[in-house]
Amino acid sequence: MGFRFDLLLLFTTLVLLSTITPTVLSDVILSKVDRRIDLTSQIVRVTSTLKVENAGPDPVSEVLLTFPEIQAKDLAYLTATLNEGKGKVKKSGSNLLINVAKPEELPPSLIFHSVSLPKALGEGDSLTIDVLAVFTHALRPFPEEITQADIQLVLFQDTAHYLSPYAVKVQSLTVKLPKARIETYTKLENTNIHGSDIKYGPYENLPPFSYAPIAVHFETNQPFAVAQELVREIEISHWGNVQVTEHYNVVHQGAKSKGEFSRLDFQARPHLRGASALRNLVAKLPPRAHSIYYRDEIGNISTSNVWGDPKKTELVIEPRYPLFGGWRTTFTIGYGLPLQDFLFGLEGKRFLNFSFGSPINDLVTDNLIVKVVLPEGSNDISISTPFPVKQGQETKISHLDVAGRPVVVLEKTNVVPEHNQYFQVYYRFNKLSMLREPFMLISGFFILFVSCIVYMHVDMSISKSSASYLAKLQWDEVRATIQQVVSIINQCLSKHERLEASLHDLSRTGDVQACKTARKTADSLFKEYSKELKPLLSFLQSSPQATQILPKVEELVAKEKELQERLIAKHSTIVDCYEKKIGGRELENRVASHQQKVVALKQEVDDLLDYIEEI
Amino acid sequence: MVTAAIMYWGLRFLRFAVHIREVCVLTAPFFASNTTLVAYFFGKEIWDTGAGLVAAVLIAICPGYISRSVAGSYDNEGVAIFALLLTFYLFVKAVNTGSLAWGLGSALGYFYMVSAWGGYVFIINLIPLYVLVLLITGRYSMRLYVAYNSMYVLGMLLAMQIRFVGFQHVQSGEHMAAMGVFFLMQGFYFLGWVKHLLGDKKKFEALLRIIVTCAVGVGAIALGVGTASGYISPWTGRFYSLLDPTYAKDHIPIIASVSEHQPTAWSSFMFDFHILLFLFPAGLYFCFKRLSDATIFIVMYGLTSMYFAGVMVRLILVATPAVCLISAIAVSATIKNLTTLLRTKSKVSQTGSTKGASGGKGSSKALPDQSQPFQRNGAIALLFGAFYLLSRYAIHCTWVTSEAYSSPSIVLAARGAHGNRVIFDDYREAYYWLRQNTPADAKVMSWWDYGYQITAMGNRTVIVDNNTWNNTHIATVGRAMSSYEDEAYEIMRSLDVNYVLVVFGGVTGYSSDDINKFLWMVRIGGGVFPVIKEPDYLVNGEYRVDKGAAPKMLNCLMYKLSYYRFGELVTEYGKPPGYDRARGVEIGNKDIKLEHLEEAFTTSNWIVRIYKVKPPNNRCYYAILKGLKGKALKKKLHSISVTYCLKQGNKYYGECHEKSIRFLKPANKEASLDRETDSERWAPPPQVFCKS
Repeated sequence: MGFRFDLLLLFTTLVLLSTITPTVLSDVILSKVDRRIDLTSQIVRVTSTLKVENAGPDPVSEVLLTFPEIQAKDLAYLTATLNEGKGKVKKSGSNLLINVAKPEELPPSLIFHSVSLPKALGEGDSLTIDVLAVFTHALRPFPEEITQADIQLVLFQDTAHYLSPYAVKVQSLTVKLPKARIETYTKLENTNIHGSDIKYGPYENLPPFSYAPIAVHFETNQPFAVAQELVREIEISHWGNVQVTEHYNVVHQGAKSKGEFSRLDFQARPHLRGASALRNLVAKLPPRAHSIYYRDEIGNISTSNVWGDPKKTELVIEPRYPLFGGWRTTFTIGYGLPLQDFLFGLEGKRFLNFSFGSPINDLVTDNLIVKVVLPEGSNDISISTPFPVKQGQETKISHLDVAGRPVVVLEKTNVVPEHNQYFQVYYRFNKLSMLREPFMLISGFFILFVSCIVYMHVDMSISKSSASYLAKLQWDEVRATIQQVVSIINQCLSKHERLEASLHDLSRTGDVQACKTARKTADSLFKEYSKELKPLLSFLQSSPQATQILPKVEELVAKEKELQERLIAKHSTIVDCYEKKIGGRELENRVASHQQKVVALKQEVDDLLDYIEEI
Repeated sequence: MVTAAIMYWGLRFLRFAVHIREVCVLTAPFFASNTTLVAYFFGKEIWDTGAGLVAAVLIAICPGYISRSVAGSYDNEGVAIFALLLTFYLFVKAVNTGSLAWGLGSALGYFYMVSAWGGYVFIINLIPLYVLVLLITGRYSMRLYVAYNSMYVLGMLLAMQIRFVGFQHVQSGEHMAAMGVFFLMQGFYFLGWVKHLLGDKKKFEALLRIIVTCAVGVGAIALGVGTASGYISPWTGRFYSLLDPTYAKDHIPIIASVSEHQPTAWSSFMFDFHILLFLFPAGLYFCFKRLSDATIFIVMYGLTSMYFAGVMVRLILVATPAVCLISAIAVSATIKNLTTLLRTKSKVSQTGSTKGASGGKGSSKALPDQSQPFQRNGAIALLFGAFYLLSRYAIHCTWVTSEAYSSPSIVLAARGAHGNRVIFDDYREAYYWLRQNTPADAKVMSWWDYGYQITAMGNRTVIVDNNTWNNTHIATVGRAMSSYEDEAYEIMRSLDVNYVLVVFGGVTGYSSDDINKFLWMVRIGGGVFPVIKEPDYLVNGEYRVDKGAAPKMLNCLMYKLSYYRFGELVTEYGKPPGYDRARGVEIGNKDIKLEHLEEAFTTSNWIVRIYKVKPPNNRCYYAILKGLKGKALKKKLHSISVTYCLKQGNKYYGECHEKSIRFLKPANKEASLDRETDSERWAPPPQVFCKS
């Protein structure tokens, strides 16, 4: 019977309070108070429209808002705006400054917030303020444990009279409930029920600190998704990307489930058995979000969907299993965003403009940590937030970092979707330091390749005089020589081709003179080649390493010589024939023997070359 | 593991902020790429560069190896195959060159292999066998002596540094072959020396006879004494089961129960090797044709590993490199012959008809005889055939890799009615549920197949896992699963189990679920506890779950847990409720009531079902006792305890003390025999039902 006790406690404190006669504050009168309590989701939103009137002679510059301690600890968000508009054209004025105030004469069990008015109210003046107060954990499941088949009932407590240090002339209260069963509600005078709305009031001329406790016990099948911890990491890359990674630790804080969980019932009658289970979450990501992922410690979770349009990207994620009351899960979502949408330059500084809270709808975050990872080398960091948060700094070491990247850490407890406002991180960053990491990579690879080249070309043998080392050296020399021989032979062969070609020309044009000059140049070249070959061959003969291959090389040279001779003979025969004008058959007869020999020799030389080259 | 850690620290040192998970995922592919490099050098060493290249290509995509080297298969095998091939390559290189450095390298490779995988036993037996074969065929040389001795001595000393191996190299029967060959080598060398000294053939022969008899005698005595005194352990069951495929089935059901340890079917050979299977004998032919020390090695490696691959499915992995190398030799040699044929032919055709009878000149390579007609066309056709086969191989490998080895085995995929892909991620759903929604010290009982997964993904303690060596332990779980619920409850209490996890494929038609594995549980349980008898679960030797199933089957824990409330579910249109899609029958027991367990979680496709073991605090009696005081309470307590003890058959519990509320005390005397007619006694649980 915890809530009864709470109620009693509250009541007694208030009874005590009412005995105190407030003195100083009574100059202000609230001439009209309209309160609307929205209980359709787990987040309780109380909107109050206060018409403030100054009845005393002194000008009033601030108005006090009062919350009992028990509510104040659940208070997540509080704003007051000046309501200047009339009728439909409501112009929401700028937010008024709100401070926690501690008037001395008043008991400490009440928490006061003072709203500073833009200009002091003179005698008889009045203005209207809209106050939005958002509470979390204000709905308490009762009973606290339910089975799969039960519906979830929750209890909400508040006062029917507006709790205020000022006298209230006219006031009314509307409690908006989800469209479902209402178990019980406190019936006071002037209590009406319209559909799913409960109306209290109007009540007139109530003294300060008047109080009328009410309790509403109703059915809600909204899952109470609470992120006990959420770490958002926003990493800026000046190459054009903002990477957001969000680690959630979600628990269903509705009525705890007890007893069996039957999949059969859950599948067959999903709205009766497990109506309050949390099936999915919807996240509204900024437009142009890309590379979205959804995973947890053990890998990717495949049950997610993304819809994108130019205004937003909607991500629907399903946990691995439906969350019943008391069940928990953890997961991580991540996405990339284009840098130019969030990073702007201002007077040589850059600033990141990013939303603070979680993008998931209807999620209460108990403890939110936002980390902004700036690129390495950023300095002169400053932060501006629309509401007070705990700030800190740390460094993170990522790829190729030397000093680490500066990280701005912002912490806040009790965060609701109303906190999704933009905050700014200002910093200075030199564009050139962007190039540092690629340069490091390039130089690293460069050094690697250079060292490879050096290693391949430097002789690393330990002993320079060992037999095997010398043999290796010799063998290298032999190979080089053989290479030379082969190249010379190849040159000879190409010259042969040229001679043949000149013969072809002769048969076509009959130009004997050109043929002769070709012959002459060939002869001189052949001589040169044989001269060049001589020292190479003698070296091979002297080298012990070359004994195996020597016969083949010698054979090659000999065959080539023979081929040369034959070719020359053939050449001179043909030229002769042309000079003597011997044609046709005669010529062919004379050449035939040469031709045959030449072809056979060519074949052999080719084979030998192949053989040697393979070694 | 050490390898991954070293890579991790290395990358961290170079300022790459990689996660250890990323390193682990990519370890196997990294080593697989190293394996292809080694395969190239190995092929080059035993045949030529062409064969090396082909071998590298073949092993790069061979499904038999891909199965263990895809990204994410973080297993010892991934590293071990690299180490195995490296050791062999370095050893062959050492034998070919006779260089001490290569021998040392081979020893280091062996050390790495020993630290990575228990399969090193294969190396330490294959290499001595190879040396022995070389000795017998008269190919003994100084190179071999240097290579083997350096490798064996250093490798053995290094391997002893591994705690897991310890002194096994000198103590266990599995390593004795290597030691014997080592001494044989010394003897051989010594004899050679003596022969050289004596010079006289007759004297030498006499001496030889004496020495051989002495050596054999001493060796036999040493072995006999060692074995008898227990200093040298006999061969283990694992070793026997490798040599004899039927051994495991008769003696160690737990080894036989693993699908990886089944004898390989032809289809899986075909699946993993494809055309290599046919190229393998061709490669052997080429190896025999050009016999050298290296080719003898690869032939032996291929034949032995092929035999082992036939014995156990998972040893296909060991055979894969050998098969790839030998096939590469076949491919490379064939293609080389064919292309030389083409090339010579084209040269000959250039010269035309004038060439005449000078055909013999260019036949230094391969030009068998000119008389065969259409040789050139035939060669072209064969080349095309070879390329066709190889391209089929490539296509097959890609297909196998994408179909069979790329998707994680923990995520199941199927095709929906419209051809769309349906993903069953039930395992992870269940494990994550365990991880998040159970107490951190909860103990989960499941069949051992899921042990590692529960530990890693669910982060919960399991009773048995994939590395449980204690057979009795596994058998206890098997017994619990195959007992009636109340008996199983006692076992579970004694094991302090909080949750029971079963895998059930009846809704999705997933056939490798616990019901299909159940007979193995019965066999393994029955192997230790004769209370469990396999025939009790069979009807005329047939295993069934429908109405005709054995009564024990219909009421055992596994059946109950798998089919709890399944009788109300319609799985397939036009079939009665409770139609099991995995086995295609309507189940026999649709009205299952659980007394000691309650359903805690079932995944969306019912593949994993988790049950909570209810605490024993006198569940039903609590209500009766409530509100009673004084004498009435005492009286009630007594009657309850008596009935409870009777119900339990007074099995493990001593006399009932009516005075205390903890009336269910464990027996301090010897527990009475089991209800069944067994002689084997099941030890009483150390503590049961003590909490009130």
